[in-house]
Amino acid sequence: MITLKDIKPGQTVLVDNVKITGQARGRFMAMGIMKGARLKVIKVAPLGDPIEVLVKSYNLSFRKAEAEQIFVSLV
Amino acid sequence: MSVLNIALAGNPNTGKSTIFNALTGARQHIGNWPGVTVDKKMGQLTRGKKKINIIDLPGTYSLSAYSLEEKIVKEYLLGEKPDLVVNVVDASNIERNLYLTVQLLEMGIPTIVNLNMMDEAKSKGYEINLDVLGKYLGAKVISSVATSKNGLQQLINSLDSPNMAMPEVAGSSLLDEYLKQIANIRKSEKDSELMEEEIISARYDFINRVLEKSLIINEAVVSWHDRLDNIFTNRILGIPIFIAIMYMMFELTFTWVGQPISDLLDGFISGTLTDWVNGTMAALGTAGWLQSLVTDGIIGGVGSVVVFVPLIFTLFFFISFLDGTGYMARVAFIMDRAMRKIGLSGKSILPMLIGFGCTVPAIMGARALDTERDRKIAVLISPFMSCGARLPVYALFAALFFPGKESIIVLSLYLLGILVAIVMGLIFKSTYFKGDAEPFLMELPPFRVPTIKTVLLQTWEKGKGFLVKAGTIIFSMSVAIWFLSSYNFSGPSDIKDSLLAAIGGLIAPIFALHGFGSWQTGVAVLTGILAKEAVVSTLGVIYGISELADDTAKIVTQLQGTLGATFNSLSAYAFMVFTLLYTPCMAALGTIKKEMGSWKWALFAAGYTFVLAWVASLLIYRIGLLLGLGG
Repeated sequence: MITLKDIKPGQTVLVDNVKITGQARGRFMAMGIMKGARLKVIKVAPLGDPIEVLVKSYNLSFRKAEAEQIFVSLV
Repeated sequence: MSVLNIALAGNPNTGKSTIFNALTGARQHIGNWPGVTVDKKMGQLTRGKKKINIIDLPGTYSLSAYSLEEKIVKEYLLGEKPDLVVNVVDASNIERNLYLTVQLLEMGIPTIVNLNMMDEAKSKGYEINLDVLGKYLGAKVISSVATSKNGLQQLINSLDSPNMAMPEVAGSSLLDEYLKQIANIRKSEKDSELMEEEIISARYDFINRVLEKSLIINEAVVSWHDRLDNIFTNRILGIPIFIAIMYMMFELTFTWVGQPISDLLDGFISGTLTDWVNGTMAALGTAGWLQSLVTDGIIGGVGSVVVFVPLIFTLFFFISFLDGTGYMARVAFIMDRAMRKIGLSGKSILPMLIGFGCTVPAIMGARALDTERDRKIAVLISPFMSCGARLPVYALFAALFFPGKESIIVLSLYLLGILVAIVMGLIFKSTYFKGDAEPFLMELPPFRVPTIKTVLLQTWEKGKGFLVKAGTIIFSMSVAIWFLSSYNFSGPSDIKDSLLAAIGGLIAPIFALHGFGSWQTGVAVLTGILAKEAVVSTLGVIYGISELADDTAKIVTQLQGTLGATFNSLSAYAFMVFTLLYTPCMAALGTIKKEMGSWKWALFAAGYTFVLAWVASLLIYRIGLLLGLGG
């Protein structure tokens, strides 16, 4: 099982499972981070965190702490 | 005359404010939503016999009450039931933007979908069939490019008859089917989290089905903003570019544009204007006290507000511009890691940095933060960033008591301020503002060139807020201080025998253990609450130097004998630390009141900083003495 945290910039993945819990789960899903979503990791911030992801053709940024709870498979 | 209430709803960064400004022109009113510091913008439009009230709702991604803004929008739509919602949608980001649209449709409020930024959508290779989109959504769809006013007339034409906006498109079978599906999910007895998840999935499924029929995406080339983004957030260049931009902003504000204009204004107000008023009043034979009230109290007081204006407006202009380009989101992105180490999010770096210039815009800049909690913490700690007005105090005392070591002494004060801000931030986070950290989730909007009108309007909105609210407070405090310094119980008096001197004498014992317990420093501390730069001029007035030189070197010679008798190097350092940390100036306190919505917080900020400064400078003096540094 790989998580979004392991994905290198430039790679595209499909989301298998979002393990983020609580209110944050709803916020991530409303922004399009949900099972079946197609994501492309764009880049990592200069200091190593957060990451930038292309989802539903817009750019979203969140931290590795949350990326680690998003299980994905490579396309 | 009938009145219609129309709400503008939409995601952040969709050009909603530009549309609002274009619709309402100058006839708008900005305040806060009851009890919170989120902007409430309302404006008016007259169409024939109809008066249309337009309310610009805060930008939100959904109506799920995850954030303060979402709660406001949801409560407004449910409680006030506007006649029509104009849903501004970023056409170049249509898939996610329609999520809010779907939620609006679920609520059954008459909705017009305004597809904005059609130019960006085209350059991204999007072909959207408006008729098909409208048919499947069951709502009227209008397209626009708000920055060039394209399509806005069509929008205005559809506003005066919200009921007519509906029938021609009502009855989308796809929407009916979807609404039934949602109702079924809501009826089924599941735990709420699972249900929410199914509803979110269903919403995006519906959006995808609608877009399948109405959107064609052509392969697009890499756009100029992708290239720009790669430079501004580059691993190696990102942070140096950020530092360079901030440096430029401060140079422009404090050296090139704002400060020179401020100095000119100051010269005009305290020179030409005061002389003219004095001359005129003397010619009219006005009583001396009245003349003094007008020139020293009123003109002096208003002047101390007015000289802030060019600085604040220049700084806000640059911030509004950078914000409009989308760069501020990049700053939060590149600095988040560093800021998180000290318990704050990347978005809080900006108010902290602005604080080195002036605490007032720093406090106002805290609005950019996500949660009410982060905003409040940022507001409460921003006074510790050494603002420009404290520098004259440091410069004077460092030159007098630490000749040759000025830079290191001043630097140590700046660093101490940052340290105290961090420590207090961590303390607030783990005590009164306790709670789970919100995850960092931020859209990085495409780079855009903001319209000059939007930038100027934003600058004006922010600046006006400062002028009105802080202005009245500074003005009344100035008059009060003038009164205290010119009178005692038996009538007009010299400052040495005034009520202010008496109060200074009452304050002095508080600093008996600090090595600077004289009535003179007591008074300087008091006037420093009015404005920090007043500390130096007050000392000058009290020690009988009628015309204080502009140049620090000359002031040093002027004050050498007198200050040297009151302070030694250790107590001077303790006094500088006190000046750094204690109660922010009246302008800042007025802004805190305005931003946090109550006097309670302004008084708390005034009180806790005073106590903190008292303890810190006492520790420095006493520990210094123990270490034998008292010479």
